[in-house]
This record gives sequence, C-alpha cells and structure tokens, in this order.
Amino acid sequence: MSVLSDQLVTFSILAYLVAMVVHAVEYALGNARVRVGPPARELVGAGVGAAGGAGSGPEPADGAATAAQRTAAQRTAARARMAGLGAVAVTVLAALLHLGALIARGVAADRMPWGNMYEFVLTVSFIGVASWFVVLWKRPTLRRLGLFLTLVMVLLVATAELLLYTPIVPLVPALNSYWFIIHVATIVFSSGIFLLGVVPAGAFLMRAGYEQGRRSFPYLLAKRMPAAAALERLTFVLHAFSFPIFTFAVIAGAIWAEAAWGRAWGWDPKETWAFISWVVYAGYLHARATPSVKRNVASWLAILGFLTVMMNLFGVNLFFEGLHSYGGLD
Amino acid sequence: MTVTDDRPAPPAETPRRRPNPVLALLRNSWRQLTSMRTALVLLFLLAIAAIPGSVLPQRGVNPEDVRDYFVAYPDLAPVLDRLGAFDAFSSVWFSAIYLLLFTSLVGCITPRLRDHVRALRSRPPAAPKRLDRLPQHTVFAAPAGGAPEIAAVLRRHRWRVEVRGDEVSAEKGYLKETGNLLFHASMVVVLIGVAIGSWYGWSGNRVLVAGADNAFCNTQQQYAETSFGPQVGSADLPRFCLQLDDFEARFLESNGQPEFFNAKVTVDENGGAPRPAEFSVNSPLRLDGANVYLLGHGYAPVVRYTDRFGRSQTSPNPFLTTGDIGLTGEGLAAFPDANVDPETGERDPELQLAFTGLYLPTAPQEGPFVRSEFPTERNPMLNLVAYRGNLGLDAGIPGSVYELDQRQVDAGRVKEIGTKLLQVGEVWTLDDGTTLEFLGTEPYIVLSVRYDPGSTLLLVSSGTLLLGLMGSLFGRRRRVFFRVRPADPAGESSTPGSSLVDAGGLPRVDHPGFADEFTRLVTAVSGAGRRADPDGPAGARVGAE
Repeated sequence: MSVLSDQLVTFSILAYLVAMVVHAVEYALGNARVRVGPPARELVGAGVGAAGGAGSGPEPADGAATAAQRTAAQRTAARARMAGLGAVAVTVLAALLHLGALIARGVAADRMPWGNMYEFVLTVSFIGVASWFVVLWKRPTLRRLGLFLTLVMVLLVATAELLLYTPIVPLVPALNSYWFIIHVATIVFSSGIFLLGVVPAGAFLMRAGYEQGRRSFPYLLAKRMPAAAALERLTFVLHAFSFPIFTFAVIAGAIWAEAAWGRAWGWDPKETWAFISWVVYAGYLHARATPSVKRNVASWLAILGFLTVMMNLFGVNLFFEGLHSYGGLD
Repeated sequence: MTVTDDRPAPPAETPRRRPNPVLALLRNSWRQLTSMRTALVLLFLLAIAAIPGSVLPQRGVNPEDVRDYFVAYPDLAPVLDRLGAFDAFSSVWFSAIYLLLFTSLVGCITPRLRDHVRALRSRPPAAPKRLDRLPQHTVFAAPAGGAPEIAAVLRRHRWRVEVRGDEVSAEKGYLKETGNLLFHASMVVVLIGVAIGSWYGWSGNRVLVAGADNAFCNTQQQYAETSFGPQVGSADLPRFCLQLDDFEARFLESNGQPEFFNAKVTVDENGGAPRPAEFSVNSPLRLDGANVYLLGHGYAPVVRYTDRFGRSQTSPNPFLTTGDIGLTGEGLAAFPDANVDPETGERDPELQLAFTGLYLPTAPQEGPFVRSEFPTERNPMLNLVAYRGNLGLDAGIPGSVYELDQRQVDAGRVKEIGTKLLQVGEVWTLDDGTTLEFLGTEPYIVLSVRYDPGSTLLLVSSGTLLLGLMGSLFGRRRRVFFRVRPADPAGESSTPGSSLVDAGGLPRVDHPGFADEFTRLVTAVSGAGRRADPDGPAGARVGAE
C-alpha cells in the first residue's frame, strides 16, 4: 500500500503537470482569439488574412475575409474551450490519483494520513484542488484560473515528494488523541481553502492592474482572466468561508494543548505563527469590510496571510524547535 | 473595530466659542484610536510584534534555550533582554499594542452596541417614496388580503415586519451585527480569561522517580521550577501527595519511536485515603485545583556507594534524557555526606564523592558508549567518571542537582579519579578502596502540575467568539418594502378595481444573492394572492435595477 501511495503521488504530479500545460494551451489559444478578434470587426480584412491561417487562395473579398476571420476565431475559441475542458478533466484525474495516494497511505499507516509534514502537505493540497472543483462547479467562467492552481499544485506536491518524503510510521503518543482528527482535519481543510483563496487574490491583483491599463509583465498575463471584480469576490468568499474553520481549528488546538501540555496557549512557534496568520486574515476581513481601504491592499493582506500559513507549515517545522515537532524530518 | 459604512454619521458638532484644546485633543485622539484605519495598523503591528517571540528563545517556553543564547551571543543577548525580547509576549511593546487594540475595539463596539440595541428595539423604517430607485424593484398584482396578507407572508419568512396603512416595511439579518458584536465582545472576554489565568494560575515542574521513598506532596519547595501568578501564594496550593508506582512505555521495534505511555500513581488529596490513578500524554490527572501532566520520562540509575568506613549510601539519580530516540540519560550521583568518620562524626569535605556520566538503556556492542541504541533497557550500562573533592554544595550557591559544579572542577577543588563502564550488579572499586555498585534503575517521569482558573472562561468565550464570527460573516442585513396602491386608473389591469403592489429591496451589505431572494420573496407574496390574480407570479415584472 505504501509503495502504491508513493507511485500514485508521482503520477498525480505528472497529471497536474499535464493539466497545467493544457491550461496553458487554452490560455495561448485564448490570446490568439483576442489578437484576431478586434481587427476582424474594425479593420475589415486589411492584411489580417494570414493571422488566422484561414485565407485560402488569392486575396478574398473584404466580406469573405471577415467571415473567414470570424470562423477562424470561433474555431480557435472552440479549441480553447476544448483545451480548457480537457485541462479540467486532467486536473480531475490528477486529483483522483492524489486522493488515491492519500487513501492508500492512510490504509497503509492505519490512521489518518496527517502524521507528518509530507502527509500534511499532500492533504492540504488535495483540499485545495477539491475546493477548486466546487468553485468551478458554481462559477464555470473562472476556469482559466486553473492554470495558476495547477501550477501551485505541481509546486506543492512536488515539494512534498522531493523534500519532505517520510516513510510511514504510527503516531507518536502525543498525537494519539481524537483531537488529532478534529484539530488537524480543520487545520488541513482551512489551509487548503486559504491555498485556493490565494489564487484569485493574486489573479485579482494582476487583472486589476490590467484593467487599469497596465500592460507590463505581470499584468499582461491577466489578459484572459475573469473580471477583476469576480476574482476579488471569489477571494473574499473563500476567505470568509475558511476563516471561521481556521478559528475553530486554532481553538480545538488550544483545547488539545490544554490536555496534552497543560496550557491552552503557550506561544510555541507553531502557535505564534497560527496567531500571526489569524491576525493577518482578520486584518484582511476588516480591510475588505472598510470602504476606505482599497481592495488591492486587502488582497495583498490575503496573500500575506497565506505566506504566514506557508511559513508556519515549512518554516516553523524546519527552522524552529517547538512542541509541534512532528515534521518527521531530522 | 469600526466598520465605517455601517455606522450612522455622527451628528455635526455645534461649534463652540472656545473649545478646550485639551478636550479637543483627547476627543480627536480617541476618534483616531477607534478608527478602522488605526485598528488595522494595530492588527498589523500585532502580527509583526509576534514574530520575534517565535524567532528568539522565550523564557516562558524554554528557559534553557535562553541561557544558551546568552552564552552564544554574550554581547547581543543583554541588549535584547533589556528590550524584553526573551519575554516577548509579556513585554511592554507587545502589551502596548494589544492593549491599544483592545481599547480601540471597546471604543468601537460600545457605540455600535448602543446603535444595535436601538435598531433592535425600533421598528423597520417607513418605505421610501420612490421604491423604483432601490436596487431591487418590481410591481405585481396585489394579493387578496392586501397589506396584512403581505405582512403575514413576510412574517412566515421570518422578517421583522411593520405595517403602516398600505405600506409594509420589513427587515432581516440583524444576526450580522449581533454576531459581529458578540465576536468582538468575546475577544475582550478571552483577554480577561487569559488575565485571570496569569494572575491566579500557577504551575510547577519536577521529576518524580518511582517508589514510595520518592513520593512528593504539593508544596512550592517540591518543584524544580515554579511559575506563580502575582495573586497566588504558596499557601494557596491545594494539598495532595503523589507517588509513582509504575510507568509503562512501549516503543516501535523498528526505530524506537514511542507508541504508548502510561503512569500509574497513588494519590491522596486533602488528607483523604490514598487512591490509585492513571494518567498519560493527552489525558492528564485532574485533581481538585490542579492538573498533573506527563511531559517526559527516563531512567534513574540506583547506585550504592560504600565509603572508607564501610558505610553505604544508596540513591536513585534521575539521569535527564538528552533528546535522542534511545533515551540516553545524562546525570550526576553525588555523595556529599560520604566518608564521615563514625567516631568523631566529622566530615572531610575533601572526601566528597561525585559520579557523572551517561546512562545507556541499550548500550551498543562496542564503544564509544555515548549513545543508546534503543529506549528500553536491553543492555543497560552506566558510563561514569568519578570525582573526589569539595563538590561546592555547602557554599549555598544554588546549583543544578543534575550536573557537577564545573567551577569546583576548574578550581582544582574536585579531581577526577577514574572512569568506568558499569553493568547492572557490577561493582567499581575506586583507588582508595571505596566502591560503587550499580544496583539497577527506577523509571522516572517529568511532571508539570498546573492550575489555570481562567480556562473555563477561555473555553466559553472561544465558543461565543466562533458563533459571533459566523453570524458576522454569513449574516446579511437587508430591507424590503411593499406598497399597495390602486391599479392604474387607465384600466390596464384585467380585473377592474384590483390593486397593484410596488415592491423594493435594499441589501445593506454586499449580497450577490439578494436579487434571487427578492424574486423568491415577491413570488411568495404574490402567490398568496394567486386566487385573485389568475396570471399569478408570472405577471410580476421583476425589474432588477
């Protein structure tokens, strides 16, 4: 089972990679459509025949060229759509492999697969991708964000596989409590949604810049993104959903800490960074509820919040010594 | 923290002739402090101020690390210490930030609480004149019952309804502000709970070796480290005695990772009859006014030293674990009262004995014998160095009972007289003919005994905090208005004499689902009059915006 889990992880990384490439293809095709689209409507036929590769034979008449342009554009759009749907399908496949790996690992270890950093990152990233499907189900127009999501997934799962891999061992007695399931499950779940939330937050910042007319490097990437307002709203919905779960997880952790270590809160590095994340996300929610604070500032706070979550996950496990030393890495 | 758009603008101040500059300054400072911008800056500062506490060692978390830091950075550490960097979370700067933040919070929620109570007690406001200017607006045929019927439907949908003649005003979603206030008030109670805990709480740590001779009773002197709140005196400690009967630990065969711990103890509380009890990691021993937590465990080698006069002393010496998986212990067996002449009763301080070294529960087959291979006792071995001389224990300087006073060694007052590897039962004869016998080991546990009177309050306020947070995030305040008016005199309506209803909806917060809700509500309201209007809700022209 353990070997199966490891192989499934490898395959799911590959599948996420493929999904990312297909998303990129969709993105590229989408851009081509934009390049073709406006001239076809405005500069009728003027030398754009070659762009779509649709001009067959000697220079066709103006009207015909426009029609050909339109069909070419439609065909590209259809291809882009196919690529997008394909990318989603591959992402689903990757997520299934990912889930399979988690289940196999859980069965092999005979416990929830959250015992060390490797398993933790795998689970958090799975929650991220699963929540993405929920978002996609509700708002299909946001599909293009999948490019960034799959990028994040490849990075996280590959990091887990290459740097954090830990063989299966049972839980240490300190973790052997039902609070393990309650605390870790909610932390994993909220972290997964924060992870997903950072994708529209980053996309919003780029798209908002693009909509303000910026055409330099990061903003130009947002050309084919959903509208800034929709991205911003999604960012808020995800964080508003995740924040109470995270709050609950921290409270559950405090209750567990009281039973395990004799104090609810002791400023262990992990606790300190959870506190920092909580404060930053609380700042995000307040900033967003305040009209005088720009949405850009709020989105940066959301990104900052995610960086503190990542700091807590990687930095605290690797650099600091504390009671939460379950990383499994020496 | 103020959500500025939810608050009514303060009434314009009537200009006074000579505003008191001090009062004006105070008032402006207060406004500044309770503004959202300030609260956000303070939140951000709080997050930043928490970082040093995670990077630098903290006395409250690990005092040894702080000591090590002082040794490693002798120049920097005192400066940082003056800044409170080793007690970051009780430092002046950290306290200043959160106290300001909480002041800002209280200053913000108090007027909001007043406004909210007023809003809860007041009736939904009268409908605006032009309902078609509201974000949601529609016109439909009036239900048979008119305004009272509309009000009944709205009440069934749990709206707060006010009927004024032909007008119906309704409001919903007070939960948002209620939750918001509950959340922020709970934050204050959490802080109070923490404060109570630190004022009236206490804790002590100690090592407890198994056996009736090593039992202890709960007094301050019995703890190696204590931390007492300012309001706690040593007389406030609850009375109980604790004896470790047995300690069980299981480890994984493959890598020695611990799997299971259980401590069996005998406890007698308030002078009552002794009773057996068990506790473990994650399930502390809960006594009256104190909880006992299992923090660690190890082995205490029992050795017998027989001095020049043939008198023996036996002592179990907890060897503190060094942190490796094999439970290698490091410790000291000191015999300051050895070699007392039985005839004169005089003690020669130069003939005190001390043995320091390592205890390996599972020593390797060949040297170096410095690291145990497994946490259970498969090949127990003591690796000791013997010292003779004045151990410095009489000088009155507090020192660790787990290590030899290095100053005495450096000053030449204590001399090394040999090293030896001892197995259980082995006897080591020293150069002066005295002997040390390794009798075996007893398990010991590291205990933390704690009492936090604020914990219940913390738990309850955390619960209300979470409830309030969810209300605040998911509640949505919105208003709807209905006005029944006679049908167009031009006679558009198929049934002469019937009435129309103007309906308008106003979400008070960002609420994308409101249009749908409004449509559903209108359907329900007009559906109530379906018998009177054969067109039914289909006739309702829902004109969003």
